Amino acid sequence: MRLKPPSMDALTIVRARVHEAEGRGRRAFALFQAARHPGPLVWILPSHAPEMPMLRGLPRGVGERLHLLRPAGETDLLWCVEEALRAAPVSLVIAEPEKPLSLTAGRRLQLAAEAGRTTGLMLIHQDAGSNATETRWHCEPRAGSAADSTLHQWTLNKNKRGTLGSWTLNWNGASAAFHMVSEARERHEPEEPAL
Amino acid sequence: MALADARAICPELATRPADLAREAAALGALRRWAGRYAPMVATDGVDGLMADISGVSHLFGGEQDLRGDLHARLERAGLAAASAIAGTRGAAHALARHGGGVVPDGRLAEGIGHLPVTALRVDHGTAEALARVGLSRIADLIPLPRAPLARRFGAGLVLRLDQALGAQAEPVAAEPDTPHFGVRMTLPDPIGLQADVMVGLMRLLERLCHKLTLHRMGARRLRLELRRVDHGTVQVEIGLARPMRDPTRIAALFARGVDEIDSGFGIDALRLSAPLTEPLAPEQTGGAGPALRHEDALADLLSSVGNRIGFDRVLRLLPAESLIPERSFLLAPAAYTAPETLPPRAGAPRPITLFPPEPVVVTTTGTPPACFRWRRMRFSTLRATGPERIAPEWWFDDPAWRTGLRDYWRIETREGPRLWLFVTPQSQDWPGPGGARSWHVQGAFA
Repeated sequence: MRLKPPSMDALTIVRARVHEAEGRGRRAFALFQAARHPGPLVWILPSHAPEMPMLRGLPRGVGERLHLLRPAGETDLLWCVEEALRAAPVSLVIAEPEKPLSLTAGRRLQLAAEAGRTTGLMLIHQDAGSNATETRWHCEPRAGSAADSTLHQWTLNKNKRGTLGSWTLNWNGASAAFHMVSEARERHEPEEPAL
Repeated sequence: MALADARAICPELATRPADLAREAAALGALRRWAGRYAPMVATDGVDGLMADISGVSHLFGGEQDLRGDLHARLERAGLAAASAIAGTRGAAHALARHGGGVVPDGRLAEGIGHLPVTALRVDHGTAEALARVGLSRIADLIPLPRAPLARRFGAGLVLRLDQALGAQAEPVAAEPDTPHFGVRMTLPDPIGLQADVMVGLMRLLERLCHKLTLHRMGARRLRLELRRVDHGTVQVEIGLARPMRDPTRIAALFARGVDEIDSGFGIDALRLSAPLTEPLAPEQTGGAGPALRHEDALADLLSSVGNRIGFDRVLRLLPAESLIPERSFLLAPAAYTAPETLPPRAGAPRPITLFPPEPVVVTTTGTPPACFRWRRMRFSTLRATGPERIAPEWWFDDPAWRTGLRDYWRIETREGPRLWLFVTPQSQDWPGPGGARSWHVQGAFA
């Protein structure tokens, strides 16, 4: 009997598509993805949003690649997201829309991402996503038993071209490196045949 | 005359402080206009213009007619002016300030002989010394031997006299014009289609960019003015994230503004100007590889976004030398700054998000609190790291830091979130129920 090791690829989001993340740990998830995307990053957040990324807390190499756009309204925000997704040199666009994304908006963003070969990540409020999204992640920080563990539980709730799943990992927010944490649990799926 | 004396004579005198900068600007504008009379026009002091009209006057029908034409035009514009035409620069300067007129060729000594010696651009002390020995007019100086004159009154007086009489050459030194980055185009028939305007704009842009290339400049801001048939003017203005002189890339940024204009009954004139330019060294294009193209494309994105939401909302995070969390980084406009690498991290970890301090409701005493409520969520402390004491910067009066020192704690909660809490031990607040002190949340860790 052998458990399939959780692969690195499980946490890699598909390029040139728009993804969504919700939950209290969504900003940590966004920074985790930002650290794994080389190239310029664009973070779009409303001008009145109180939460700002703090430069000294960001993963290594992210701060100097980050461009911050603070549009005043929701329309401007979506326009900025679309424009940034259409720009080829940008590698990852992170946006924090205020209102639920409509299907039209989500679809438009997908088309823009495909046109610009750019990945998008929408940090949405709970259940405020669009059906056009490629994947939707629910991200929660978890309390760790050891003193230096910073555990995250990232659950893949929706996936257009793959299976769902839930991963608990130990990522300290400083670099792109992380450790998977295997939890003792009861197996629900049938055992895989030995290769 | 002193102002007090003038007020004593005429109590109703209206006075206004001199605005030297605007006066100089007005004189500069007048100098450009005076270019219609002569190719070489220079400013002469703070209140004069000097034009070299050699070989020009016959175009206006003679020197008298030229001067008449000049006076008529200035009078129509509401300007009172005095002018003189003479064979040398010194003579013209002297005569213009003492009556004006035209000195015919070869009669300089007669023409300016009757003027006082102060007209010779000599300093006050020299003029006084001349008056003391009874030399009050230029004509008195002309027959005197030069050597004793120079020995007694200095070489400056002889130089000025020679310059006025033409013995010493003194050319009109016209300062070079600052290049004007503006082009215009008038059309025989009005146009109204968006594509037509873009074609016209493209032609203007090619001319403007050629001019920018010649002067090694790049535009930072561009303004397109469209004059309509009904004499209305529409204006489209764009900013650029970095100096640029590439017509096709600039035209793409104009597309949105041109799309929004109302052409009315048609547009019959276009004017394109670059009000803001910056030096841009010539650079090799094409061969530099994809890195440069990427940089260009990113600058284009920042330009187009900045033109819609404002360039002050397109930001970059820059490190700053401060331990105060709010001031440990700067939000700087991305269009005017370059990215800076962060010094290697040291000291206590910092949260990934920072927000203005939000009070938490503490239900138990203890440092740090074992239980608290924040944003209507209940948290219980699992592990706390700290305190990290941060003192306010006494040389910088920040209202948020008037409560004094802050002890920061990294609190890992049983519910998951890892928060950055602080308490202000120096604050004079009344303790809460049960002696609890006021705690605030300011950030969240990864």
